Amino acid sequence: MTVFQFSSPAWMVCPVILPLIAGLLCFLFSHRTFAIALAAALTNLLVVCLLTGQLLVFGPMRCHMGGWQPPLGITLRTDGPALLMLLMTAVTGLAITLYARGYFSYRISDPRRAGRHQRQQRYFWPLWMLLLAGLNGLFLSNDVFNVYVTLELIGISAASLAALSGKPASLLASFRYLLVSLLGSLTYLFGIVFLYRSNGVLDLGLLQNLAANGLGIRTALVLMSVGLLLKTALFPLHFWLPPAHANALAPVSAILSALVVKGSFYMLFRFWFEIFPSTITQPTLNFMGTLGAVAVLWGAVQAIRQHRLKLMVAYSTVSQLGYLFIAFPLARVDGGIPVWSIVIFIALAHACAKSAMFMAAGTVFLHLGHDRIKDLSGVRASLPITVFAYGIAGVSLMGLPPSGGFVGKWLLLTASLGSSQWWWALVVITGSLLASIYVFRVMSRLFVIPEGFSLKKSEPHFRLLEWPALALALISLFLGLAASWPLHILVHGTTTLAQVFVGGLP
Amino acid sequence: MITTLIYSLTGLILFGMGFFTLIIHSHPLRKILAVNVMSTGVFLILVATAYIPLGEGEIDPVPHAMVLTGIVVSVSVTALALILACRIQETSNSSLPGRKQQGEVPEESIR
Amino acid sequence: MNWGQWLLVSILLSSFIPGIIIFGLPEEKHRLRTVLNICGSIAKIALVLIMDIGVYFGHIFEIRLSIIPGVELLLNGDPLSALFATLSSVLWLLTTVYAVGYLEGSPNRSHFFGYFSLCVTVTIGIALAGNLVTFLLFYEMLTLTTYPLVIHRGTEKSQRAGGNYLIYAFSGGAAFLFAVVSLQTIVGPVDFSAAGFPSSFIESHGAALILIFILLIIGVGVKAALVPLHGWLPQAMVAPAPVSALLHAVAVVKAGAFGIIRIVLDVYGPQNLLLLGVLPLLGGVASITILYGSIRALQQDDLKRRLAFSTISQVSYIALGMSLADQPLAVIGGLVHLVHQGLMKITLFFCAGNLAETLGIHRISEMNGVARRMPFTMAAFSVGALGMIGIPPTVGFVSKWYLGLGGLAAGNWWVVAVLAVSSLLNACYFLPILTRAWFGKQQEPWPEEQYIGRFETRLMLLVPPLITAFIVIAAGVVANAQVSPLAWVRFIVRGYTL
Repeated sequence: MTVFQFSSPAWMVCPVILPLIAGLLCFLFSHRTFAIALAAALTNLLVVCLLTGQLLVFGPMRCHMGGWQPPLGITLRTDGPALLMLLMTAVTGLAITLYARGYFSYRISDPRRAGRHQRQQRYFWPLWMLLLAGLNGLFLSNDVFNVYVTLELIGISAASLAALSGKPASLLASFRYLLVSLLGSLTYLFGIVFLYRSNGVLDLGLLQNLAANGLGIRTALVLMSVGLLLKTALFPLHFWLPPAHANALAPVSAILSALVVKGSFYMLFRFWFEIFPSTITQPTLNFMGTLGAVAVLWGAVQAIRQHRLKLMVAYSTVSQLGYLFIAFPLARVDGGIPVWSIVIFIALAHACAKSAMFMAAGTVFLHLGHDRIKDLSGVRASLPITVFAYGIAGVSLMGLPPSGGFVGKWLLLTASLGSSQWWWALVVITGSLLASIYVFRVMSRLFVIPEGFSLKKSEPHFRLLEWPALALALISLFLGLAASWPLHILVHGTTTLAQVFVGGLP
Repeated sequence: MITTLIYSLTGLILFGMGFFTLIIHSHPLRKILAVNVMSTGVFLILVATAYIPLGEGEIDPVPHAMVLTGIVVSVSVTALALILACRIQETSNSSLPGRKQQGEVPEESIR
Repeated sequence: MNWGQWLLVSILLSSFIPGIIIFGLPEEKHRLRTVLNICGSIAKIALVLIMDIGVYFGHIFEIRLSIIPGVELLLNGDPLSALFATLSSVLWLLTTVYAVGYLEGSPNRSHFFGYFSLCVTVTIGIALAGNLVTFLLFYEMLTLTTYPLVIHRGTEKSQRAGGNYLIYAFSGGAAFLFAVVSLQTIVGPVDFSAAGFPSSFIESHGAALILIFILLIIGVGVKAALVPLHGWLPQAMVAPAPVSALLHAVAVVKAGAFGIIRIVLDVYGPQNLLLLGVLPLLGGVASITILYGSIRALQQDDLKRRLAFSTISQVSYIALGMSLADQPLAVIGGLVHLVHQGLMKITLFFCAGNLAETLGIHRISEMNGVARRMPFTMAAFSVGALGMIGIPPTVGFVSKWYLGLGGLAAGNWWVVAVLAVSSLLNACYFLPILTRAWFGKQQEPWPEEQYIGRFETRLMLLVPPLITAFIVIAAGVVANAQVSPLAWVRFIVRGYTL
């Protein structure tokens, strides 16, 4: 059995297949959903760790599904960035799975709530598993069209998840979200048409080698980028994001903000800097950087102006996504740290911190029944761990040391000052200052225990609501201290392909 | 060559019409239909690319596979969108969700 | 890891671990919490003393942790960090004892002492930081850990003060970060060392280096409360008295002053700064701060606010000493004032806290004849106040003496003038308090008198100020002995080629 050996690239099929099967099982056995999902999330994490080990030993790998070679067959491949994104998804996903369990079983004794949570839960688990499969597939795909399929899978399951709470606001938001993501993937598909017309191949590896610079490629790239940007919610295409993320159930908000937007960004980045780097001009990169800078400032200012906690966190996502794009114009700085590591750091830190923050916001919402910022005082007395998690996640978003966000911002600053483009550095610093305002505007309320405040009795299921958030927040905090090993994985990921697997499905 | 061009142009026009409607109209059903028209446009162009003028009547199978996948996706997304639109109509008293809800939905009305 | 590295780590952990445990403790377990706190601080003092001895005999303490290429965390025990670490750990023990007494019976003590311990961990981290990145790390964490202490009372006013504190501190941190990254892109990673960076950079990047120096000083100047960056400090007086003592004498303001010392002596180096010609700028800001703080202190009736403005003024003596970085005597005066100001100011704040806690006195106008009710407290207060004025044999005299000698050696008469005027002003705002307390007649009953403890107040509130007051005199008397703050500072200065 060569398939199950450590060195076999066939392992990389598992992150796609496992959640897919789990999703179907969740749908069939609706009373065992949590167990199935937890098993899938754990196995997924294990397999991703194994793939990481593989990468460190053998370097990047490919797996030709069904034995079909490109250009006809579909290829999966692992490399440094892909694996880090997989790891991010697996870890955050596991925490979200646990949190969702706590969320749905909160105050289950209340009959009205029990019915609603039961109903939501029934759809949540299968959809979440499908989404996980889609994300894993996206990160592993090495084929333009395959990416389209996974994007659609992500879009459909994400939009349905966003609608789960059933309130009019969230239905509206998710309807708009669905249309936007559909528009995005159609534009992307339109781009594929041009790409295929001018080259006749869809495999990313082959496209990379073509290095053509014709009009067809350029049109294709523009269309695909616009589609992906729409899904990534870069300013000014961010209009759909805050309502969709803020009105969803808390576990769903965490998934959407931490993972889903990263998927489309990841593909965009691959296209720009790995597949077609010669087509991209510096003015284009500067333009993207400018949009990113505006996003950082605009998102932060909007976040400061919000009156509801979840909306504030959602606008903070708009702001934080901007940092990813500020890295674009700095990509070609000579002798600096490669742009992949900047982007990956920001993405990893943001994924952990933002999901922790949404979880904390969700717990506060469940506890108080609202999330109006001005009425939040006294929460620390009943939910100390949640408030702590919120604070630590906030530290990471503000980019204070030793968080992962700090390392990302440090790299951005070094790159921009090193290339004498100090204005990007100014934006980064201003963005962090604004972030500290919106984080601490809430924090000061959460921290205060008003006079005569009586402690409510804690409920037994708080543990699952509180600890996953804290764990993620701590990961994002200490990511900065452990920064060398993600870099290690990245470096290993950039060497040439070591092993190619050709064979049937396991 | 001419045939391909005609098909592509038609597809392009369909895409543009759909996009225009999607932006202009606020009724959910119109929006769903608009997206469907757009996708039809894209599929049309894809099918047109399958025809390789060099070979004698040879057809490239890959675009067909893509179009088939695309149609499946489009059907399911349409179904989902329709259900969402129905639910919106059921839950909100106002029949047109293009209007602002009080407090809950931010200024940007549905696009 | 060798024993020296373990020592550095355990110095940090000796307050970090108690802090984390205290967070988890239920509110009612007062005794366990107190025992943990006291044991942690005694252990820390012991460990720091071991480090001091090691440093004296030339042992090298160093831990490096590489984060990304070009960015390292570096903990380093050199004579200067030993000075600040010893000061903070000793004062922490006293402040802890005091805080236990002060907060007896008030709510949320787990929370308070948890952050209290973290705050001291971070302060020691600042002391041990061996390069700018590590310094930045602990400097930002200091803001985060002191913020909950500042807003501990939870009132609207304290929240506003806390918000203001954050805005100032984070803006300073942002300026600092910007400057650190710029400096690294020009001269590469800088460890704190006696040499500073090579002077060859000055010709190529002179203007940029001046700008970076100003940004760095702004960054640490916010915490050191240099005018015009001092706005947060008087407002932060809403915090409980032990916190004020901590902020003013041990942690925040001192961290800022310590940052100035590090930047002047270790990052740039006096020689480079002379070449760049920016030292007079620092001296000017320091002098303005000294005079401005004293004048504002004169106008305050609220005791803690007067002490706060006095802090603003006194801490700038350190900056003044650093602005004469080429004069060993002035550097000695500045460095030794780091310790001396801490001792004197903590005494004053302890006493102010005693007055507020026991008699409900917050204003100077209410202090008539208070010395008859609380003689020990007021005796300690008087020692601190006389020290601030600079009367021999207190430690305040020693600092001012060396600063003045340094100024004269540099031929800068204005330094002496600033010192003289500020001493005069110090006398103007402290002596009236003393005469009122000792010789005034009590006209009305104390605002909120409580009879607590066997003595004039609780023993745990009374002992810390008496100890610090004793040290204020003792360290002044034995300043020339083998073991004294001054002796250690001389040992530090010997390490620099000035």
